[in-house]
Amino acid sequence: MKHLKKSACKVILILGMLMSLPGWGADMILIPAGSFRMPALLDKTVHKVSAFYIDRNPVTNAEYLEFVKTHPEWRKSKVKKIFSDNNYLEYWQEDLNFGEASMASSPVVRISWYAARAYCDSLGKRLASIDEWEYVGLVPYKDKKDLKSVILEWYGKSAEWPLPAVRSGASNNDGVYDMHGLIWEWVEDFNSSMVTGESRADVALDRNLFCGGGAASAADPADYAAFMRYAFRSSLQAKYTVRNLGFRCVKNKE
Amino acid sequence: MKYSIVKKPLAVLAACLLAVVANAEEKIKGEEVAVLTDAPEVPPPITRKYPTKVIVNLETKEVKMRLADGVDYTFWTFGGKVPGKFIRIREGDHVQFHLHNHPSSKLPHNIDLHAVTGQGGGAEGSFTAPGHSSTFNFKALNPGLYVYHCATAPVGMHIANGMYGLILVEPKEGLPKVDREFYVMQSEFYTKGKYGAAGLQPFSMTKAVEEKPDYVVFNGNVGALVGDKAMKAKTGETVRLFVGNGGPNLVSSFHVIGEIFDKVYVEGGKLVNENVQTTLIPAGGSAIVDFKLQTTGTFILVDHSIFRAFNKGALGMIKVEGDADKEVYSGKTEDGIYLPEGGVIQEVGDGAPKLIPAKTIEESIVRGKRIFESSCFACHQANGQGVPGAFPPLAKSDFLNNNKDKAISAVVHGLEGKITVNGKEYNSIMPAQVLSDEEAANVLNYVYSAWGNSKKKVTPEEVKAIRASGKK
Repeated sequence: MKHLKKSACKVILILGMLMSLPGWGADMILIPAGSFRMPALLDKTVHKVSAFYIDRNPVTNAEYLEFVKTHPEWRKSKVKKIFSDNNYLEYWQEDLNFGEASMASSPVVRISWYAARAYCDSLGKRLASIDEWEYVGLVPYKDKKDLKSVILEWYGKSAEWPLPAVRSGASNNDGVYDMHGLIWEWVEDFNSSMVTGESRADVALDRNLFCGGGAASAADPADYAAFMRYAFRSSLQAKYTVRNLGFRCVKNKE
Repeated sequence: MKYSIVKKPLAVLAACLLAVVANAEEKIKGEEVAVLTDAPEVPPPITRKYPTKVIVNLETKEVKMRLADGVDYTFWTFGGKVPGKFIRIREGDHVQFHLHNHPSSKLPHNIDLHAVTGQGGGAEGSFTAPGHSSTFNFKALNPGLYVYHCATAPVGMHIANGMYGLILVEPKEGLPKVDREFYVMQSEFYTKGKYGAAGLQPFSMTKAVEEKPDYVVFNGNVGALVGDKAMKAKTGETVRLFVGNGGPNLVSSFHVIGEIFDKVYVEGGKLVNENVQTTLIPAGGSAIVDFKLQTTGTFILVDHSIFRAFNKGALGMIKVEGDADKEVYSGKTEDGIYLPEGGVIQEVGDGAPKLIPAKTIEESIVRGKRIFESSCFACHQANGQGVPGAFPPLAKSDFLNNNKDKAISAVVHGLEGKITVNGKEYNSIMPAQVLSDEEAANVLNYVYSAWGNSKKKVTPEEVKAIRASGKK
């Protein structure tokens, strides 16, 4: 009886924690299974995606703060060098202080791939694959705005700081916010996006080893907005923390 | 015999030594940090006589700046400005190149230097994420003036947004000395809006692919080399322009109005042409032009595909002060009246059909108006007001109204020397008009009937009489 009581208390406590933390683990969108053609791929094959859940918006500073409270090894002053470069959470003023209160709803950036992965893992989630991310990235916006225009408008603006809050813009037709026009996002397999530094020779890449992208052979050479994403991913290494780079999580549909 | 045998080995040895010396690679001595400049400034000429290790630090940065008055653009830059920093090194130098991508950048960038022999001209070794630095090394093998540019996918867009500049590899012996050196780079911008459309203009890929720029400019924006920002020099000085073409699409027909290029290093290489009016500079290419300034003036740089100069912004200035050489160029020395022989009406000859004389004063005036508009209008003007100081008025003209015979005489005999009309003195020439008696009468009737004049009547018979009796 006593033993049973202890377990019951623990369960109640955990549930209470979950319910009392706004945004923590909540608000995911179910993306139905489907297939699509990657906009900047060499081989033009059709990619299949199983159904999965995706976070409605990128992870915010407030959400990440809750994470480092319970996972001190990922705090700014404690993070291991092997998992992050020197600019990890560079703009946070202290381990448990991200600065201006208004930044609570801004996407968290200056996060390495390892840290993003750890965050998702702590919630029983993971990072999206490139396929999953690009699949959702192709979904049109509710306000009818052309996707390419949204992306190019962002490229055409000087960097803004602090970053706007998540969900400031329109969602896509699935109800997912900020796939374009706010930040770049980490994906699980970012390093298989092979636009090399010498991008003009990419057509020579071994097709069996990499999903290479190259302007000369792309399925849609006009979708140069997608090339920018591919080029950006290719410039990364897992420990990099970049000012315009954040993340969101996905989860398998069981 | 023995002496001869001894001599040969020495000769052979000497020849070998010369060969070794001639072919020996110059040794790298010391190291220095490259001085980089923003256009139109150029780093100073290199004076050392040996190759060295040169350290280059170049930052890529995405910045919003003015493209034209009232027009902003988000430029992607090498060094914060368009064109990027001028880099000056020497043939044989070893270069340690550091490319730094500013943390605020949204995009990775790299650099393809046409001066580099190796994968991508350095693009492969310099691909850099925002907030990171990349280092690579190269040896400067070939002297010349070379374009560099970003080569990150999509390459055209990185170039079109401003990512290009010049790197000069001086030959071992250096370039001939000149008094002033300037850095000029032409390029195009493709905006969503038309030329002059206000506000922050985004890039237009459609126009770029179609090769239809809204702006063609020198040094990254309209007016970068105009007015207070003009390049300045003095008469007697020699000037060298290092000129690049960032493209991304157009070839430049580079011309300086009022100057001839004494020397052109064709496409920035070793070949020198002389006395050149206009030189072609390919997209992604360059030229070095030298000329001496013999007299004063503001000399205008243009792309002589001339609508780009006056309608798209491809205009720059070199202001030259000092002593004007009037023998080289005088300026306008005189502005005189041109009198084509025989006046404006040519008599056809006896074969021409005779006009039926006007029967009424009204008919005479109508015909006279037509003659006025073809023969008299140019000097006396549409409403007879004349040209102050040059041609007397006919409107309310006291000269005209006071003496009909003198008026007729002026038409058929001409008039020259000083006259006073309405209290003002005129000293000019009116040629005799080639008009028939009938025509002269008609035009005078028109003039007398118009602009407040006295409505005197002139007949062909009166004209005939004045013609016969000579000048009045």
